[in-house]
Amino acid sequence: MTMPIIEDTATARLWKRPRLPVGRFGLIVGAAIIAAILFAALLAPWIAPHSPYDQSLTNRLIKPVFMDGGSWNHVLGTDHLGRDYLSRLMFGARLSLMIGFGTILMSALVGIGLGLAAGYFGGRVDLVVMFLLTVRLSLPIMLVAISLVGLLGNSLFLMMVILACFLWDQFLVVTRSLTMRFRDAEFVQAARAAGLSDRKIMISEILPNLVSPLVVVATLEMAHAILLEAALSFLGLGIRPPDSSWGLMIAEAKDFVFFEPWLVNVPGLAIFILVAGITFLGEGLRSLYAPDGSR
Amino acid sequence: MASYIARRLGLAVLVMLTISFLSFLMLKMSGDLAISMAGEGSGADYVEFLRKTYGWDKPLITQYWDWLVKALQGDIGTSFYYGSPVMTLIVERMPATLALGAMAIVMALCTAIPLGMAAGRYPGRLIDKVALLVALLGVSTPIFWLSFLLILVLGLQFAVLPISGGGSFRHLIMPAMALAFYSMPAIIRISRAGMIEVMRSDYIRTARAKGLRPHRIYLGHALRNTLVPVVAVASVQFGFLLGGSVVVENIFAIHGIGYLTWEAINQNDYPVVQAALLAVSAAYVVLTLLADIVNMMIDPRIRLD
Repeated sequence: MTMPIIEDTATARLWKRPRLPVGRFGLIVGAAIIAAILFAALLAPWIAPHSPYDQSLTNRLIKPVFMDGGSWNHVLGTDHLGRDYLSRLMFGARLSLMIGFGTILMSALVGIGLGLAAGYFGGRVDLVVMFLLTVRLSLPIMLVAISLVGLLGNSLFLMMVILACFLWDQFLVVTRSLTMRFRDAEFVQAARAAGLSDRKIMISEILPNLVSPLVVVATLEMAHAILLEAALSFLGLGIRPPDSSWGLMIAEAKDFVFFEPWLVNVPGLAIFILVAGITFLGEGLRSLYAPDGSR
Repeated sequence: MASYIARRLGLAVLVMLTISFLSFLMLKMSGDLAISMAGEGSGADYVEFLRKTYGWDKPLITQYWDWLVKALQGDIGTSFYYGSPVMTLIVERMPATLALGAMAIVMALCTAIPLGMAAGRYPGRLIDKVALLVALLGVSTPIFWLSFLLILVLGLQFAVLPISGGGSFRHLIMPAMALAFYSMPAIIRISRAGMIEVMRSDYIRTARAKGLRPHRIYLGHALRNTLVPVVAVASVQFGFLLGGSVVVENIFAIHGIGYLTWEAINQNDYPVVQAALLAVSAAYVVLTLLADIVNMMIDPRIRLD
């Protein structure tokens, strides 16, 4: 009896993320941005101009090269402890991307698993899964995430697990609705007639059809995860010093914001470019397989 | 209609019970309350005594039941740090967050709905591209960086708004702007989509054929029909803003629920953290419940599921 209620309320809640018709141009721009950041992050230990940890009291707060008093030795200047800003940015990108990928891998597993079960079996299973979704959507993600990090500690792995506990909703919704559509398709009936087990049908017959929409979900959720990590680190409940994260860099620079605003703006812009790039990539991929923006 | 509301209410209660149990588990995980309460260096006998007195030696589910009964009577524990009842703290801090959230959602609705509807009225034209750009900036800009940009520009460069504190209405403008920008994309999208759908519908064609003037068509008919999804999205966004305001409250030093939670986490004051989570979740559940009831009144089809 309560099923339509749960379904209505849960799906109504999911209009939170806009779909942006950026087209193929967006795809190319997004891919280029991601490739560049990935390159800088992966090769950071070899191409970073300085160590991200080495402090130097005589070289504190050097301005970046595009401002008066900057030098090419420290292209993006140095922070309040004299650490090279570009190097910290590059090493910070490693952590952001690692957390993004790790979180998405785990949350995809949860969301896709639940979505397949709910869509395929329907009935009571679906009811339970949709209730879980309603509960998840009612939890304030930012507050719960910082509480859990404060409670359990902030190792890299724990942070990924905690974020993954919250970012499975989109995976679930997309998987569930598409699975429902394929549940009674002819190829599934054929597989059933051939005696395949339910699990086999879900994984090897239905799942392959969901790959492209799920890749889009994964991309956009990764942007979400990276923003959350930055916010956690900004609040001092994420990556710990002396390691470097873009959110942490802003937190460390916030006392200097009135005197050296670039200290905040450089990592801020970096997060913006990365997230915009991922969004472009995700929306561009969507326009590839659903040019009318139907999904 | 009554049965719809009853079932919807039942779901809300069930969700709140689940969340209260989860938050209770979190409190239990935060460590032994008896040891924290006894303080450092107190004897094992005293800890044992406290455990007995407060019933912390009973099975978990019994403890939860006791806690729930008390919570429903308004007693959700005592703050370790402040020493005052948690309920008082929450009641003290909630208004600031609610005011901030309300101001942000009003700002977001007032800008995003016209922009989204204009974009949907002329898809592919300049205004549509502008709306797309705003939505893109909204999803990609980290809220804490935006806050600093606002401080630098409006607070420092032009010095028109106070940069910190929560004393007056003017103190809330900048943080509300930062929050509003964050929830604009979803509202733009939904009102744009609603407008496009309405434009294609038969009754708009009829209204045009009747010779109604364009602005009457769009304001009278179209606005009302994009309202159902907008109400749903606005309630959700309002809920997000209450939880998401922790970052903004932190930057602008506004002593709301988010700031309280952040302080409590840093002081290991988990009874307060638990209560804050419960309060924000409850606000979300109530908001979405109200939105569903409002929508049911606007759109009779919802009643007939």
